[in-house]
Amino acid sequence: MTHGPGKSIRAGIAVFIALLLLTAVTVLVSYVDLGLWNAVVALLIASVKASLVALFFMHLKGENRLVWGFALVPIAFLSLIIFGTLVDTMLR
Amino acid sequence: MSGHSDEHADPAVAFESAKLGVWTFLATEVLLFGALFTAYTVFRMKYPELFRVEHAKLDRVLGAVNTVVLITSSFTVVLGVDAIKRGKARMLEVCYGATILLAAVFLCVKYVEYSAKFHHGLYPGTNLFFSLYFMMTGLHGIHVLLGMGLLSYVIVLSRRGRLSASYYTPAEMSGLYWHFVDLVWIYLFPLLYLLG
Repeated sequence: MTHGPGKSIRAGIAVFIALLLLTAVTVLVSYVDLGLWNAVVALLIASVKASLVALFFMHLKGENRLVWGFALVPIAFLSLIIFGTLVDTMLR
Repeated sequence: MSGHSDEHADPAVAFESAKLGVWTFLATEVLLFGALFTAYTVFRMKYPELFRVEHAKLDRVLGAVNTVVLITSSFTVVLGVDAIKRGKARMLEVCYGATILLAAVFLCVKYVEYSAKFHHGLYPGTNLFFSLYFMMTGLHGIHVLLGMGLLSYVIVLSRRGRLSASYYTPAEMSGLYWHFVDLVWIYLFPLLYLLG
């Protein structure tokens, strides 16, 4: 609610176009065999897209620390769950 | 607002509380989908060959089309929230209507995909990859349906003149949820359709 409507819409359009371009890039890259790098590139692009959606569409960018905490803590927990489970299943 | 003794009567505080409530809910959603993402990661590392062969049976063009559809549906939510912030209720209804329409397109494409898989004898019980595929996209599909319900409710509220530039909490909160549904798909698409 801090910025004017015109400015926020221009940022929204820019993010929308960026999301479409990144979708095109990730699909095109998937046709090229890069070995393990395919997974790295795909996850990196997905994370950039997810960050754009969270920062601008969900306006995390202008939020206070409490909301940031609610956004980041579950991601930290999920990383811990995936890491912990992998340590178990891969070393079994 | 200075005359109020009850802080919850302050619209700004009520808005912040609602927002925090939605983010709390989304935190539980991350962990709900997280369990499936964890299962996906574990099995993908254990059976890379199975995933390499099976993922090729998905139509990545349809997956890409649905990604574009969902991203666009998020953008129309952004336009809708921006409209009601400027008091344009009619514009909000048009934008959220467009989002619901795009959500329906998404589910129709999903229906076409599911039908094609069933036709080729690929069911949730066929193998680990398709178990995960149907579980993850199915749970996501249920979220899309719920989102369509929420956004319809916002349109009804707006038609009744309940939303304005000074009160648009339901529009903002259902929008947050919708963006999250979009966000989950942003990860589902490369993980299921693209990675070989």
